Amino acid sequence: MNKIISKEYFSERVIKFVVEAPLIAKSRKAGHFVMVRVGKKGERFPLTIAAADVERGTITLVVQRMGVSSSKLCALEVGDSITDLVGPLGQATHIENFGTVVCACGGVGTAPMMPIVTALKKAGNRVITVLAARNKDLVILEEQMRENSDEVIVMTDDGSYGSKGLVTNGVEMVINREKVDLCITIGPAIMMKFVSQLTKKYDVPTVASLNTIMVDGTGMCGACRVTVGGKTKFVCVDGPEFDAHQVDFDEMLMRLGGYREMEREAMERSIDKTGV
Amino acid sequence: MTQRNEPWRVELRSQIKAKERSNMERVHMPELDAVYRSSVRDEEVNLGLTPELAMREAQRCLDCVNPTCMEGCPVSIRIPDFIKNIEVGNFLEAARVLKMTSALPAVCGRVCPQERQCEAVCIHTKMKKDSVAIGHLERFAADYERESGQISVPETNAPNGLKVAVVGSGPAGLSFAGDMVKMGYEVHVFEALHEIGGVLKYGIPEFRLPNAVVDVEIDNLRAMGVKFFNNVIIGKTITIRELEEDGFKGIFVASGAGLPRFMNIKGENLVGIMSSNEYLTRVNLMDAANPESDTPVYKGKKVAVIGGGNTAMDSIRTALRLGAEKAMIVYRRTEQEMPARVEEVKHAKEEGIEFLTLHNPIEYIGDEFGRVTHMVLQIMTLGEPDESGRRSPIPVEGKTRTVEVDEVIVSVGVSPNPLISQSTPELETTKWGTLVVNKETMQSSSMPIIFAGGDIVRGGATVILAMGDGRRAAAAMDSWIKEQI
Ligand SMILES: Cc1cc2nc3c(=O)[nH]c(=O)nc-3n(C[C@H](O)[C@H](O)[C@H](O)COP(=O)(O)OP(=O)(O)OC[C@H]3O[C@@H](n4cnc5c(N)ncnc54)[C@H](O)[C@@H]3O)c2cc1C
Ligand SMILES: Cc1cc2nc3c(=O)[nH]c(=O)nc-3n(C[C@H](O)[C@H](O)[C@H](O)COP(=O)(O)OP(=O)(O)OC[C@H]3O[C@@H](n4cnc5c(N)ncnc54)[C@H](O)[C@@H]3O)c2cc1C
Ligand code: SF4
Ligand code: SF4
Ligand code: FES
Repeated sequence: MNKIISKEYFSERVIKFVVEAPLIAKSRKAGHFVMVRVGKKGERFPLTIAAADVERGTITLVVQRMGVSSSKLCALEVGDSITDLVGPLGQATHIENFGTVVCACGGVGTAPMMPIVTALKKAGNRVITVLAARNKDLVILEEQMRENSDEVIVMTDDGSYGSKGLVTNGVEMVINREKVDLCITIGPAIMMKFVSQLTKKYDVPTVASLNTIMVDGTGMCGACRVTVGGKTKFVCVDGPEFDAHQVDFDEMLMRLGGYREMEREAMERSIDKTGV
Repeated sequence: MTQRNEPWRVELRSQIKAKERSNMERVHMPELDAVYRSSVRDEEVNLGLTPELAMREAQRCLDCVNPTCMEGCPVSIRIPDFIKNIEVGNFLEAARVLKMTSALPAVCGRVCPQERQCEAVCIHTKMKKDSVAIGHLERFAADYERESGQISVPETNAPNGLKVAVVGSGPAGLSFAGDMVKMGYEVHVFEALHEIGGVLKYGIPEFRLPNAVVDVEIDNLRAMGVKFFNNVIIGKTITIRELEEDGFKGIFVASGAGLPRFMNIKGENLVGIMSSNEYLTRVNLMDAANPESDTPVYKGKKVAVIGGGNTAMDSIRTALRLGAEKAMIVYRRTEQEMPARVEEVKHAKEEGIEFLTLHNPIEYIGDEFGRVTHMVLQIMTLGEPDESGRRSPIPVEGKTRTVEVDEVIVSVGVSPNPLISQSTPELETTKWGTLVVNKETMQSSSMPIIFAGGDIVRGGATVILAMGDGRRAAAAMDSWIKEQI
């Protein structure tokens, strides 16, 4: 049981939790994630460790409310405990001074991008963050990203905020403007696919942090498998970050859709019961 | 009450002639009706022997001078000693005998491949008669004790002030923990998952091994003082080095063989194709078939399981219970070579599982949403025996068959869990990733503080072998630690 020390709303749908987890705080590195379970009937789901405080023995999680499981977590208050929390999992992000790095994120990928942006900046990179959302209301973590980036470019599909266009338009603009040494992308698979296609065209090395379906998160089940460079990899132990140009995004998209119907049903059931 | 030459045993032997004992018919395990059980997920198929049936079956045992059966048991359970106590109705004493050598008799009585171990070498089989139903009797005695509410918590020595760590809470880890806590050690068991019990919990289904049976054993260990820590991954949350620095005098690695293998054939990543570990974890650990659970699971109508081991049988029988209308085992050899327990194959057949033996998948075909719709099977035949002594399957040139499926569960084996070896590079491993240990002491060849046993050493074995390893490691670690101080 891991006690919630603080809860802060970044927006209606995005919440920052500071949680007691002394052992994880001590051993985690940027890019690591934890598996979380809320309630005895809860599912295990992955969340990136956004920050850690070794002295206080806490870790920070930034959660975006999506479906049943993230909603259950978001409903917890300070003093409540998370039923199960295990980690740190995955391979840490490879952080060094690459030069200029474009961090392209959107949707579910914005929260897990936070610690990477912070670590890259600390390592001396010029960090340009491209933040994409469908409309103004869905732009999240802008302020936090600005604190740690040299520049933040906001893109909205409908032009209600920032520039009108997709994340790829933002990235392309930067590539056309200056030399980019590395691109990191986290977001919906379809978004990462298009970012990857774009940067391949310009020969910009690109890392994608894949958010596949996971069950155990420890390499035991293979639910998270993806094809990278023609080989099957487990995202939870071999990743979550891979060379985007080698990832078979079409297959990943197909696999992500696998439980969509059941997720929707679970959400409807949960709404019926609890109103969340 | 455990010596062969005690007067009551001598007397008991003389009551019925050996020949008469041999001629008695072997007991039949009462079981749930096959039609009924194939739609209920959490009712155990085998109902257990009644005291009358057990006492009668116990009469069949000849109380041999040289009980060959014991040679077939990896932990040398004192088989005639416990069976003769059953014969005279001394069930609690029988359970006590079992517990002298086995930490989990209620589990082993249910899941041991007896037909290849103790029962295979029972004297009756030499005379072409059915062996004594040792497994059924073992289960009976253990269940009787549990249900009587008179479980004896074994006595433990006074604490010796020494701390040891266990990585993993499967049968190897549990039996090790039990022995060490008895010797007076402070035992900390670290488990990566949120449940204690390893494969006994997340793998083997309720209809074969109820969780309640395992929980009683775990509670027993708790009562003896073993401390369990779930959600701790050794190598990630805490490293082996940190355990050493924390003052643990010995570390027993029993992390199992949790890494699923796939066949790397075309279409294997289609939606609806998964490892048996994923399938069974969803259903058993996450309770996904329960509508109250947030974890989803496919409930395929035409389900194929690839493989012929216990895991394959558990998966297909689970799929049947979740509503499959067509449930198939696809196995590349014949039934004779199947590694599953004979009883599981029998039960599966009674429940209506189809067996496509001498078939091997070579490709999967999907629809426009990437969902699996068909499997292409290569027809096989048996060739010469391979290194495992089994006749190796070879494809029949040009003969294939396409079968409709909407869910495929791949159950072609597991590899050792790599988390420990990755984070502890100085640990010597084989090319298969198993840890290298001394076969007698189970001590690591490269890091003396580490002992290991179960599937992480054997690469996939049985509950009883894992338990035996745990016991041997406990004895050896105890002497090793005492030499150090
Ligand atoms: C390694 C890793 C790190 C992650 N870190 C974070 C994090 O720090 N913060 C955070 O908020 N989320 C993070 N996620 C994503 C998070 O795990 C999922 O959002 C969560 O599992 C959703 O569960 P749910 O039950 O709430 O929603 P579901 O009911 O599972 O899904 C609701 C809706 O969201 C869609 N969806 C769910 N997950 C994804 C996804 N991964 N990609 C695209 N669409 C999706 C579903 O298709 C569905 O339409 C991470 C994922 C991975 C793999
Ligand atoms: C579905 C299925 C059916 C089976 N049926 C039978 C049967 O009928 N009869 C039989 O004899 N055998 C059967 N087996 C095989 C038997 O279960 C195994 O041989 C036995 O469980 C091995 O025991 P173990 O203690 O080595 O490992 P496991 O039972 O695998 O336990 C290992 C534990 O260690 C944990 N762990 C792993 N890494 C770490 C880490 N780094 N830190 C902390 N914890 C960790 C795991 O989460 C797991 O809980 C079956 C196996 C399966 C999968
Ligand atoms: S533990 Fe297994 S092999 Fe040994 S006697 Fe019992 S059933 Fe037979
Ligand atoms: S070999 Fe068979 S008959 Fe003889 S003691 Fe063992 S179980 Fe009894
Ligand atoms: S989530 Fe199970 S193997 Fe990655």
